[in-house]
Amino acid sequence: MFYREAGDFKTRYVDDSQTFPIRFDRWRYYAVLAVAFGIVPFLINDYWANAVFVPFLIYSIAAIGLNILTGYCGQVSLGTGGFMAVGAYACYKLMTAFPEVSILIHVLLAGGVTALVGVLFGLPSLRIKGFYLAVATLAAQFFLVWLFNKVPWFYNYSASGQINAPERTIFGQAVTGAATTPAAKYLFCLVILFALAWLARNLTRGTIGRKWMAIRDMDIAAEIIGVNPLTTKLSAFAVSSFFIGVAGALFFAVYLGAAEVGEAFGIQKSFLVLFMVIIGGLGSIFGSFAGAAFLVLMPVLLKNLLVGTLGWPTDLAAHIELMIVGGLIVLFLIVEPHGLAQLWRLAKEKLRLWPFPH
Amino acid sequence: MSEQLLYAAEAGLNGLMAGVLYALVALGFVLIFKASGIFNYAQGVLALFAALTLVGFQNGQVPFAHLINAIFGTQIHEFGWHLPAVVAILLTGAVMVLLAILIERLILKHLVNQAPIILFMATIGLAYFLEGFGDIMWGADIKKLDVGLPQGISDTVESVTDRLFGYGFFIDRLDIVATVVAALLVLTLTLFSQFTKYGRALRAVADDHQAALSVGISLRFIWVMVWSIAGIVALVAGVMWGAKSGVQFSLSLIALKALPVLMLGGFTSIPGAIVGGLIIGMGEKLFEFFIGPMIGGATENWFAYVLALLFLVFRPQGLFGERIIERV
Repeated sequence: MFYREAGDFKTRYVDDSQTFPIRFDRWRYYAVLAVAFGIVPFLINDYWANAVFVPFLIYSIAAIGLNILTGYCGQVSLGTGGFMAVGAYACYKLMTAFPEVSILIHVLLAGGVTALVGVLFGLPSLRIKGFYLAVATLAAQFFLVWLFNKVPWFYNYSASGQINAPERTIFGQAVTGAATTPAAKYLFCLVILFALAWLARNLTRGTIGRKWMAIRDMDIAAEIIGVNPLTTKLSAFAVSSFFIGVAGALFFAVYLGAAEVGEAFGIQKSFLVLFMVIIGGLGSIFGSFAGAAFLVLMPVLLKNLLVGTLGWPTDLAAHIELMIVGGLIVLFLIVEPHGLAQLWRLAKEKLRLWPFPH
Repeated sequence: MSEQLLYAAEAGLNGLMAGVLYALVALGFVLIFKASGIFNYAQGVLALFAALTLVGFQNGQVPFAHLINAIFGTQIHEFGWHLPAVVAILLTGAVMVLLAILIERLILKHLVNQAPIILFMATIGLAYFLEGFGDIMWGADIKKLDVGLPQGISDTVESVTDRLFGYGFFIDRLDIVATVVAALLVLTLTLFSQFTKYGRALRAVADDHQAALSVGISLRFIWVMVWSIAGIVALVAGVMWGAKSGVQFSLSLIALKALPVLMLGGFTSIPGAIVGGLIIGMGEKLFEFFIGPMIGGATENWFAYVLALLFLVFRPQGLFGERIIERV
């Protein structure tokens, strides 16, 4: 009834090619933005920021990054944790070396450094495909974690081997360090996520996104119609690693505050982000958000239910959580291999016909 | 021979033995990959699960004791009996077969004709599930696995090498047993696949699913069979690793170590899995021995992956893998 194109007359080409062609979608989008920017920061407290919102925002960035590489360009990567570590350590080195420069620039530069490293580890993708590539990216994961563990320069020769985020401010508001308010953390991540999601959405709509998808669908055929595999694959690695690097920098600087590389950016992180992308839906920006929300919220809910309500021991709850995550992944793959994004698409199709399906 | 060279030879030999254990895990991968085209990430967790179950049976643990105690507030932990190793191993084998049937019924049946990457993801999900399930069933503490395998330094090897080179090599007897068991296992599998009816059916399925179906081979039965075999291979691997370093979560991580082994050897080749395992095992020990001290040690964490990565750039199908031919 309210969700359809009819009656929404487009009089310019710009209108015709906008991201949300349906009026209801546009309003919904503005409404979500208004709530996210205008209402949540005033209500948020420490628990909600640390348990739900900040990890959700950061994982969304990482999931969008991995989705660009795996969902749009078809190159499976298990090195996400390693690339997040590159972002975190680059950010740390920059923060401590140039304290007077704004943290925002450091975070973006950290993404840039990660993009370079990503391109380097993406080079084999020109020769190696499919599973072989997935396993080859494990080399990045293990090598990078080892490197940050063993070379003291990266953690400024601190005795514990940890990196600690010093306090940095934007407009006089602390966004990293102990004195940060939950709202500042949240808003800082939200602004970056908003900018990056907007960028990703438009990149994937344009020439470069179509090239990625051509390579994903059949790389040899794409090469024949004139898509350069070298630049296309490497650009996917670069953009994806940039996103993941930014996510890593925020994860360390804003969320954790102090990090030890093997614990914070181990192989488990790679799998977690990959699951977000799969559960959310490969090749969908919305799916990245949905997957991140799902995998951030589910453990919190389970923990509240099992430990808080039923009073079971924490370790038991952790094991049950593992089982449920695993079972859900299998279930999702069986019922809907295209993830939450596909359910969303189906819902929209239904809504378009509702209430008169014929 | 100089001292340095002897130490290197000892490190290399130990690496070979470790390589046998990698190869054992890789073997399970290859079997499943050949028969169903599924890249089974859960192989390592299968090994962990098998080892946990074996220890549980041996010590007479009550399954799900932790969960039962949490729900009903009881305090039960053990039945209070100790099964002999042979009975426990047979029971665990039966559990692995049952598990294979369940996996086929509940997961694989529904995922026929999906893209390989989807199946791969499904096995990652399975790995998570089994990890949690195993922990709930038998408890997450580190357990000692003892099925009566010989352990400790081998005196024979030490005295023989001492007489020959004037320096006794330190070789764990368990490693020698593992090597013998692995060799026997490969021999049995080869004989099975060459000379039995089901082995032939298995090779037919590996060759071409459609053609095998059309001559009346039941794909589902073959899948159950191959997952059972992989489960039993996992049991052997789990026993070996468990006896070496205790039954604990890190056991499932050896699955990751098996991946570069597979890439090196080629996904579809059983000899490849063995040779790849030996190369990786020896390579990482020698690299750690010669280069490790210069760059800070613990290179074993990544050496295998980087070696496989570099190798693949030059030979994308691995040492013994079938040549990858792509058509548009």
